[in-house]
Amino acid sequence: MDTVIQARGLTKTYAQGEAAMRALDQVTLDLYAGELALLVGPSGSGKTTLLSIMGCILRPTSGSLCVLGDEVTRLAERELPAIRRERIGFIFQAFNLFPTLTALQNVALALDLKGASGRAARDKAAQLLDQVGLSAKLGAYPADLSGGQKQRVAIARALAGDPPIILADEPTAALDSQSGRIVMDLLQRLARQRGRAVAIVTHDNRVWGYGDRLVKMEDGRVISDERQAALEDRSREGAVA
Amino acid sequence: MQLKLSELAWRNLVHDKVRLLVTITGVVFAVVLIVVQLGLFLGFATTTSGLVDHSGADLWMTAARVPYIEQGVAFSERKLSTVLATPGVARATKYIARFSQWQRPDGGQEGVQVVGFDPDQPLGAPWNVVEGRVADLKLDDNVFVDELYRQKLGVTRIGDVCEIRGRRARVAGFTRGLRSFTTSPYIFTSFKNAQNYVSLPSDQTIFILITGDGSTGLDDLGRRLAARVKDVDVVTTARFSAMTRFYWMFTTGAGVAVLLAAVLGLVVGVVVVAQTIYATTMDHIREYGTLKAMGATNGYLYRVIMQQAIISALAGYSLAMIVSWFVVRGSEKGGAAILLPWQMAVGMLGLTIVMCSGAALVSINKVTRLDPAMVFKS
Repeated sequence: MDTVIQARGLTKTYAQGEAAMRALDQVTLDLYAGELALLVGPSGSGKTTLLSIMGCILRPTSGSLCVLGDEVTRLAERELPAIRRERIGFIFQAFNLFPTLTALQNVALALDLKGASGRAARDKAAQLLDQVGLSAKLGAYPADLSGGQKQRVAIARALAGDPPIILADEPTAALDSQSGRIVMDLLQRLARQRGRAVAIVTHDNRVWGYGDRLVKMEDGRVISDERQAALEDRSREGAVA
Repeated sequence: MQLKLSELAWRNLVHDKVRLLVTITGVVFAVVLIVVQLGLFLGFATTTSGLVDHSGADLWMTAARVPYIEQGVAFSERKLSTVLATPGVARATKYIARFSQWQRPDGGQEGVQVVGFDPDQPLGAPWNVVEGRVADLKLDDNVFVDELYRQKLGVTRIGDVCEIRGRRARVAGFTRGLRSFTTSPYIFTSFKNAQNYVSLPSDQTIFILITGDGSTGLDDLGRRLAARVKDVDVVTTARFSAMTRFYWMFTTGAGVAVLLAAVLGLVVGVVVVAQTIYATTMDHIREYGTLKAMGATNGYLYRVIMQQAIISALAGYSLAMIVSWFVVRGSEKGGAAILLPWQMAVGMLGLTIVMCSGAALVSINKVTRLDPAMVFKS
């Protein structure tokens, strides 16, 4: 599998009064194309900080990060938007859709950011919404959509411009179990059938079964990083015992 | 791409109708406030020097060191012949502007400013005449008053008779919108009548109004006249107008108060607009954070926010001009003139766009400093 993100010794420290709080501590991690990785751990374990750094939204205090072969920690601030725009799609827990735009316009706006505009952007946006099963909701505003539908619009938006990396922060946290399953099915298909590298931060242990890999974090460190096969083996061993 | 930006800006504005109404109302309030305050200031400034500005003269001859028109001092009318004999002078005429006392038909007293001019000359005559003929002022005792002051002076129509300092005064016509900055209305009459009304000796005048024949510059002509005629000052109309305005606007407290109100109006207007536009941007702060996380450049965000500000400015300005037009029209019949010349209207358009854009810049600063990681907080 191709490595799309290489994180080496990532550390993030925040000033907290006179003291310093270490949100990430020497994290080394690779993400691969075609793989769905779940980042799990208790609150404050550094999952979202790691996701933000991998998404070039936050800069690490130290360490290196390569995104599709480019060392991004050395890039100037003004160069990072292009990396985010062209290589990464984001999915947020609170959906972060534009309430003033319809589902179609929300997706088209992301395409507009990436250089497509007008009719071409609208056609592509409609196609993306069709892929997530929302072709009947093109003209609906976010306020008129269910949580699961909103998240599917957000997924369609994340897919605009065909980024090779999808980073999702608690995508099922605000959803009921059925909507959560639909969303996770979509994300799993993106990884397995379309070769995207998908990293998901989650607290929701109902979705663990969808992951190809489970990265557990605690106190800013990766405490375990296991592939699904190993997890299944261990699960079977436990059942035999 | 540009079309999309406009669409986002437009939809951000129009999606929440109540917020849009608040934004536009804020801009309208600010613009009308500024227009009214600046218009009042302009109206006051224009009113103070109205007689000078509408005199039709190029130069004013006054007694030495007269600071403004209401402070004119009498001097010998024989100087007129010297003026007329000076090369470069096309026309010259005696002129009076002096306070006197008007007695209403019911016996009440009102202060007035008697303006005496030669009805055979085009200089110093009343303007905006709506009833009567200026030529009628050649007749003894005939006067023109402004229709704004009908009630104050106790007259209603042509032919009404009152008294000025015990002398008969018959209303022969009316002007419109000739306000006096002081509380004393202008009473236009012939120079000869005016001498009687203000008790000026028959061989005296207060001013001489002069026009040049164009053969020499006005400054040169003024210097030439000052050299030939002793104990007088000769100033251009523009200069005398400025001196009069300066006196009333800045030497007395009245103008300073109006100016201060205009400045305060401007400040309050700017603050209202800034607060309104800032709040509108802050309403969408999370969305801008999302855009940043998605890879939008600061330039992209600038364009969206600036377009919102400019759309608000144009909509607010348009409505404000309609409201201002009614306010200005309403003021025409009131005691205080509010002026809205086209230059001010154009200037207000520029000011509104600058105010809204400036306020947007403050919020843009906030947006560009936004931590895109905020989008991960639910």
